[in-house]
Amino acid sequence: MGAGPGPDSAVVRGESSVIEVDRLRKIYRVGSIEVAALRGVSLRIDEGEFVAIMGPSGSGKTTFMNILGCLDQPTEGSYSLDEVLVSEMDDTELARVRNRRIGFVFQTYNLLPRLNAAANVELPLIYRGVPRRTRRLLAVRALEAVGLKDRLHHKPSELSGGQQQRVAIARSLVTHPQIVLADEPTGNLDTKSGVEIMAIFQALNDSGITVVLVTHNADIAQYAKRIVRFRDGLIVADETLSSRTIAERDESLDALIAGLTEGTAEEVKAG
Amino acid sequence: MNLLEGVRTALLSITSNKMRSGLTMLGVIIGVAAVVIMVAIGEGANLQVSSQIERLGSNLLIVMPGRTREPGARTMGAFGSMDVLTMDEVQAIRDECPSVRAVAPEISRGTTVRYGSSSIQTQVVATTPEYLSVRAFTVASGSFFTEQDVQLAAKVAVVGQGVVDELFSGADPIGQELKVGQVRLRVIGVMGSKGQSGMTNVDDAIYVPITTAQKRILGTKYVRTIYAQANDAKSMDAANDEIVSVLAARLGSTDAFYVRNQADVLGAAQDVTRVFTLLLAGIASVSLLVGGIGVMNIMLVSVTERTREIGLRKALGARTVDILMQFLIESVVLSLVGGVIGIIVGIAGSRIAARVAGWPAAVSVGAVLIPFCFSLAVGLFFGIYPASRAGRLNPVEALRYE
Repeated sequence: MGAGPGPDSAVVRGESSVIEVDRLRKIYRVGSIEVAALRGVSLRIDEGEFVAIMGPSGSGKTTFMNILGCLDQPTEGSYSLDEVLVSEMDDTELARVRNRRIGFVFQTYNLLPRLNAAANVELPLIYRGVPRRTRRLLAVRALEAVGLKDRLHHKPSELSGGQQQRVAIARSLVTHPQIVLADEPTGNLDTKSGVEIMAIFQALNDSGITVVLVTHNADIAQYAKRIVRFRDGLIVADETLSSRTIAERDESLDALIAGLTEGTAEEVKAG
Repeated sequence: MNLLEGVRTALLSITSNKMRSGLTMLGVIIGVAAVVIMVAIGEGANLQVSSQIERLGSNLLIVMPGRTREPGARTMGAFGSMDVLTMDEVQAIRDECPSVRAVAPEISRGTTVRYGSSSIQTQVVATTPEYLSVRAFTVASGSFFTEQDVQLAAKVAVVGQGVVDELFSGADPIGQELKVGQVRLRVIGVMGSKGQSGMTNVDDAIYVPITTAQKRILGTKYVRTIYAQANDAKSMDAANDEIVSVLAARLGSTDAFYVRNQADVLGAAQDVTRVFTLLLAGIASVSLLVGGIGVMNIMLVSVTERTREIGLRKALGARTVDILMQFLIESVVLSLVGGVIGIIVGIAGSRIAARVAGWPAAVSVGAVLIPFCFSLAVGLFFGIYPASRAGRLNPVEALRYE
């Protein structure tokens, strides 16, 4: 606490911010040439928001996501997660944040090919020290929530792209995170699978999880509540959607996700 | 991530690439097996030499002509070359040394022994009847020559079991006549089989009265070796001093002869075999080192190949130390499994080597534990660099790695 926005902060908005970045700059050095990926980005994302970040390639949106995910550190500027400055965390604390508070979904799924679906979903729980049996139970529930109950023992190579991405989402959910960060989650999928994925994200968001996703597909962005547009390392537009697209979804999905977040919270914490 | 989880992850990774893991382990297996076998051979040789020396007899002092050098500088085989000791010295030791129970001279020379139309190369050992008790030898059949035979320089011989087998084709030799040079010797007894003892193979020799050898065969009045048996283990030092003073008085100098006791000889021989063992183990260690480098090589390849996995694991909450441990455990498991297999192969190999060499198989606990710890150390040492490289990987770059 106490590391909130300073008096001259550029962000002034609601009351409980989950993510708050202030004049973020990120400069990469390639040889002697400096490339500015972010040139002063300030943004505040509140709890329960569903933000789509859009922009052309090289606009800095992936760099931004990496910083939000505590995988990368900004060159300048501050990033507070739950009003705690991320720049003051050490390796162990960052790992803990990535493990407990954030769920990642990648464009290329990033499943370990040697492990079956259930074992892939269990991975983050291993780093949390959850006992094996509890891990398996939680993984099965998470896979059930994304509709893959009958694919527990399939290796990634035996699953379709959409199914793999759902395994990856189950993996991001299994720790009951506060935020889900998705980098082009539908980029490698056909439209139908993409919509199924967005249905899951919307259900997650409805259950209270903050969702931030990067996309350059304008249709996909319409499923979010708010669209932030990047260009050349700066935010050029920030709009709240008045009428967003709602992906069709089965009512059971909400029940399963609700069950996931409520029923497992205690067990995860116990572990 | 706890240790059990780490081992499980490591095993999964090792078994998912069986060919490569197997070949990597092979390096460690060969290295560890080589160390086990080489140390077992060295220790076997040591045991063998020690038992040979112990079989010389008990509480023995060995007098030889020549200069005493640094302890250990002279080993069993290096007989003195000066002709200084005669039967008079034997008699003097017998008479004037109260701590000496029995004395026997020995001249031993390789020679051709003929029987009928066949002949063999063997040792002629010339001595006195006391030799039997001093060297703890036995006669299997017939009898040993007597004091009277010595006085008369009788043309008799007692033959070893090996001579019986080779020259007489196993038939009873007693009463038969042998020829050594132009001298005919009647066989009066067969020695009990005892195998290698000191420098001589008891079985592969014929025994003749010392006077017979001196006068009729070799034409010398000197003896090469005098074996003196002390009354008991406690009187070894006293016997040693007595012999030295008696001989020094007779020969005028302590430089003309030297006295060794069994412990000296044993110590010297063990020094030699210890160096031998160390040398063998050192050579074998090189192959273990090469095996370790193989482990490191594969671990480096594995880290590069799994860069994305490392990035992902970090994104999912693995700390630097978790990644480091994962790869370190993998490298340790790889070399430990290799080490255990190597020890098994090594034990089997040293059994075979011992059988081929006719030595006792001496696989000691140390010879197993040390390479085991060594392979553990190899895994740790050669795993640390690849593992720390994995741990230090930047997650963003690792995830972007193709």
